[in-house]
Amino acid sequence: MKRRTLGLASAGLASTTIAAPAIAQGGPIEIQFWHGLAQPLGGTLEAIANQFNQSQSRFRIVSSFRGSYPETMVAAIAAFRAGTAPHIVQMFEVGTGTMMAAGRAVKPVHELLAETGVRINFDDYLPAVRGYYSLADGRMMGMPFNSSTAIMFYNKDMFRRAGLNPDAPPSTWAELRAAATRIRAAGIEVPLTTAWPTWTQVEQFSAIHNTPLATLDNGFGGLGAELRVNNALQVRHINTLMEMGREGTFRWGGRDAAGDAIFASGQAAMSFASSGARSRFINEVPGGLANLGAAMLPFYNDVGGAPLNSIIGGAAFWAMNRGPNAQRSVDEYRGVAEFYAFIAQPQVAANWHTTTGFLPVTRTAFEQVRASGFYTQNPGADVPIQQLLRGGGQMTGNTRGIRLGGFVEIRVAMQEEMERALQGQQTAQQAMDNTVTRGNVVLRNFERTNRG
Amino acid sequence: MAAPASFLFKGKFLPLVLLLPQLIITGVFFFWPAFQAVYQSFLREDAFGLSSQFVGFENFTDVLSDPTWLQSFGRTIFFSTAVAGLALSVALFLAVQADKQIRASTTFKTMLIWPYAVAPAVAAVLWLFMFHPNIGLFGRMLNAAGIPWDYKLNGDQAMLLVIIASAWKQVSYNFIFFLAGLQAIPRSVLEAAAIDGAKPMRRFWTVVFPLLSPTAFFLLVVNLTYAFFDTFGVIHSITQGGPGKATETLIYRVYTDGVMNLNLGTSAAQSVILMIMVIALTMVQFRFIERKVHY
Repeated sequence: MKRRTLGLASAGLASTTIAAPAIAQGGPIEIQFWHGLAQPLGGTLEAIANQFNQSQSRFRIVSSFRGSYPETMVAAIAAFRAGTAPHIVQMFEVGTGTMMAAGRAVKPVHELLAETGVRINFDDYLPAVRGYYSLADGRMMGMPFNSSTAIMFYNKDMFRRAGLNPDAPPSTWAELRAAATRIRAAGIEVPLTTAWPTWTQVEQFSAIHNTPLATLDNGFGGLGAELRVNNALQVRHINTLMEMGREGTFRWGGRDAAGDAIFASGQAAMSFASSGARSRFINEVPGGLANLGAAMLPFYNDVGGAPLNSIIGGAAFWAMNRGPNAQRSVDEYRGVAEFYAFIAQPQVAANWHTTTGFLPVTRTAFEQVRASGFYTQNPGADVPIQQLLRGGGQMTGNTRGIRLGGFVEIRVAMQEEMERALQGQQTAQQAMDNTVTRGNVVLRNFERTNRG
Repeated sequence: MAAPASFLFKGKFLPLVLLLPQLIITGVFFFWPAFQAVYQSFLREDAFGLSSQFVGFENFTDVLSDPTWLQSFGRTIFFSTAVAGLALSVALFLAVQADKQIRASTTFKTMLIWPYAVAPAVAAVLWLFMFHPNIGLFGRMLNAAGIPWDYKLNGDQAMLLVIIASAWKQVSYNFIFFLAGLQAIPRSVLEAAAIDGAKPMRRFWTVVFPLLSPTAFFLLVVNLTYAFFDTFGVIHSITQGGPGKATETLIYRVYTDGVMNLNLGTSAAQSVILMIMVIALTMVQFRFIERKVHY
């Protein structure tokens, strides 16, 4: 008898169903928004979404943090396959090529605005930002938001200890090496490190030296692009880093954003990082704002035409369809479009720029911040913008940006090959040749699966 | 005890109901995904699953002809052998010591078993905090002592660290089995050997070790399986497969290709290859253990 009750009980458990969340009639329409910004940036971003929620009552943005940028990307794609994609996903610039080729998985901004009648003036956006997220004919695909670029941060106090002028940071690699040697001689353990090593030392490096990273204008011209990072200049630069590593003047900080920790903790004198790391460094680097120097990326002054503008990084917002066989309602898309219009306001963009260090994505926002005297009170905060306009603001095919499919994987390959070179297991030339070989396999596979 | 099922249960309904939860779990979490993996391994798909194309065995030939995959394969063999070897020998040593008549041996035994209750990722973070070159206690000590310790850039050091962290977790498990095995050895045999004049070392290698060999063989298979498939958490938390590909094992590779790079086809093909390897390992275990174990 006892056995029977047990059996029935377990059968009863198995048949219990989870009640579907009831949809409140007449309540606000929920817009799921997944982002990849940890604190404190994530909090600032979610505060903007809350402001939008309070500004109207028809829609409610539900923000959720999904881990790092690559994790957010993977989560959104997996959710799409399962028919539960978020309405909006924050996608880092490396995923742009993948999103551009995603077909009906993505709702392009230009369609969204046309269908809902919401208007956003994209002519006001900085050309470097607009160009990165639009088709060749100028139609916007993604919604630019937290754009950044790579700059050099340095610790002024350490510069003083090494007898260097804290207000004259090195501008060329020759000057930087000389400075690093003096800093090392002053007993500072890590003269130079970098976050996002491939982004700062290969991608941005190629752009400011007007050297192609890949053919077909770094992939803007089509899916048939091939990597070109094994060029003489890039190999020379990897060699510089390897030599500095052996001399003890350069420390590999790890992949992705890992290098930020070494500079933030006050161990490194100089570091390349995203301009968006500014708020973290002001909070964490000993001495705070007064001790934090910002400078443009150094270049080789014997390369003709250098330096040109750097390219943008950071992330943009992409509206997604629900799944391969699931559609969204017009109202849901209207909510997305109105949120986009909300974040496009100069005031929102300006606040985001001044609190975080990310770029002011529109000209109006930039003018507004400049007029407020922010840059005179916060020296160095305008370095990323100046660097984006370096070379007269005339972008070439090598400085517009990068649009390669499977670029996440290519970056990993590049990081692995760089790590092996810095360990002394291969030469700089071999590292870059291997990157090209491995990267081209990825590009050809991507071309094949996204052709039709 | 050996009564036929019909003695306990009349009819087939109740036994089926009782088995159902386990069958559902096996079906949902093993057979369904395994079937999906086999199916995916013959397809080439874009990341979003909007277009797919049947490519036959192309994913398999791609994987098997990829030099970096073959390197991962060799690395996995090395890694697994090292982890199993280290975990087994340390556990055996500790078990032999704990089996002696010593004071507070129960306390020692309990403490030695503890690490098994630590989740792999937690264990990894523990090791990370000890050996991180910049924030880890021992990492900083090594650097201060003039030993250039940086597992983020030195592949050999990274490998060493993941081997130690992985083996440390498995020592407890092996320890329990070895201890039980040691306690099952009849005292009379050891005493007879002692009376014949065999010294402790000789007694261990000629009497204890052979009697322990079925346990050791069972543990070897279990440890190899652990090192092959269960060390993902440790590697993911400490090195993410780097630097270079220095700590990328086959299971980590499946994750990188499938989850990070979104190449579902090649990732599924790798999973299928791994599945065949597990099946082979399990067969070896059943074949030999069932035959050789004599109690």
